[in-house]
Amino acid sequence: MLDKIGIAKRIAKEVKNGYYVNLGIGIPTLVANYVRNDIEVEFQSENGVLGMGPFPFEGEEDADIINAGKQTITTLPGASFFDSAMSFSMIRGKHVDLTILGAMEVAENGDIANWKIPKQMVKGMGGAMDLVSSAENIIVAMMHTNKAGESKLLKRCSLPLTGVGCVKKIVTNLAVIEVTKNGFKLLERAPGISVETIKKATEGSLIIEGNIPEMVID
Amino acid sequence: MINKTVANVEAALNGVKDNMTFMLGGFGLCGIPENAIAHLVKLGIKGLTCISNNAGVDDFGLGLLLQKHQIKKMIASYVGENEEFERQMLTGELDVELIPQGTLAERCRAAQAGFPAIYTPAGYGTEVADGKETREFDGKMYVLEHAFKADFAFVKAWKGDAAGNLIFKGTARNFNPVMCGAAKITVAEVEELVPLGSLDPNQIHIPGIFVQRIFKGENYEKRIEQRTVRQSN
Repeated sequence: MLDKIGIAKRIAKEVKNGYYVNLGIGIPTLVANYVRNDIEVEFQSENGVLGMGPFPFEGEEDADIINAGKQTITTLPGASFFDSAMSFSMIRGKHVDLTILGAMEVAENGDIANWKIPKQMVKGMGGAMDLVSSAENIIVAMMHTNKAGESKLLKRCSLPLTGVGCVKKIVTNLAVIEVTKNGFKLLERAPGISVETIKKATEGSLIIEGNIPEMVID
Repeated sequence: MINKTVANVEAALNGVKDNMTFMLGGFGLCGIPENAIAHLVKLGIKGLTCISNNAGVDDFGLGLLLQKHQIKKMIASYVGENEEFERQMLTGELDVELIPQGTLAERCRAAQAGFPAIYTPAGYGTEVADGKETREFDGKMYVLEHAFKADFAFVKAWKGDAAGNLIFKGTARNFNPVMCGAAKITVAEVEELVPLGSLDPNQIHIPGIFVQRIFKGENYEKRIEQRTVRQSN
């Protein structure tokens, strides 16, 4: 079974040369640490920066340079700043190549729910609805089951939706899954995890074809 | 040159009243109009509708207006990190409309640009689209979202001049430029009010035509919400 870093490392392999990438808060943020350093990638943050770098050294923090998680960041050579309308022009206009975000639930038709639990405090969707409504390439990073042990890969989402029919791929602590028009398709198993375990943890229909390889993480 | 300079925050906020709708720039606490917010607290006007990406934290930003119960309705995309906000929302004291961040930006920009409404794919098929007109373009569904109508826009820039021209810094730019000219009166507060002619016209982010009043803000705190650093080698 993978931990959060393992999930981030596996997703990092999906990041290709020349990609502009938007990373959500949580596990997705970790992905930046594991992208191969022999490829050219730029990270976009929806609050208005392209070409995000690592966190600043202590004493070099700038209150005017943050990411969408409100963390202090740095920029790399070639970076640019822009306003919120232009930022979402990049997103809705399909100029961002890959979006990686977390989820509470994903359905076998690609619906995603990640912003609201009824009767609990609602913090808001931020940029998630804009991101999922337009991105061509959306990867969800999440645990396969919730804290109660229930599957987060469902036939139908039970929580209020963030977007419909948009998720293409899911990387969990157990598996890599592609969302096809016929449902979830198992692509890879986490090291040491059996197909049977993944099947049990997946409520939605799971397509298993042939021999399912184990993920290569490092 | 049409001079937009006003002497201070008091003059800049002249005309604000109870029950008005305000736009306020900023993302989290980054690039918020600190001086305008502080003065709105001092004026004590109430029943306000505030359009802003976030609602500040308990003791800073729009949180200061919430503490004094001056806000009746908040239109935002993300409102975490604020216990007083949560309390007022749960007791029903505060009306909250949560909308997608890109939609928030574009509803401001539509008001700025003279569009009554825009179609966006964001929120289609979700509760955000409930009761709204939808339409198909080239096989994809979109939601009709209306331009905001606001009385004042309060924005914060890095540098400005008497003509109202503005330059923003880093990610403190965020919603500030799209709110300029999107309300009846746009009030810009700047860290540096520079002599006319010293800003390179090639480098101006917002031309002065979108700004009615400009003043030099005082004592910027620029609080950092999440101070994250890496260890030096």
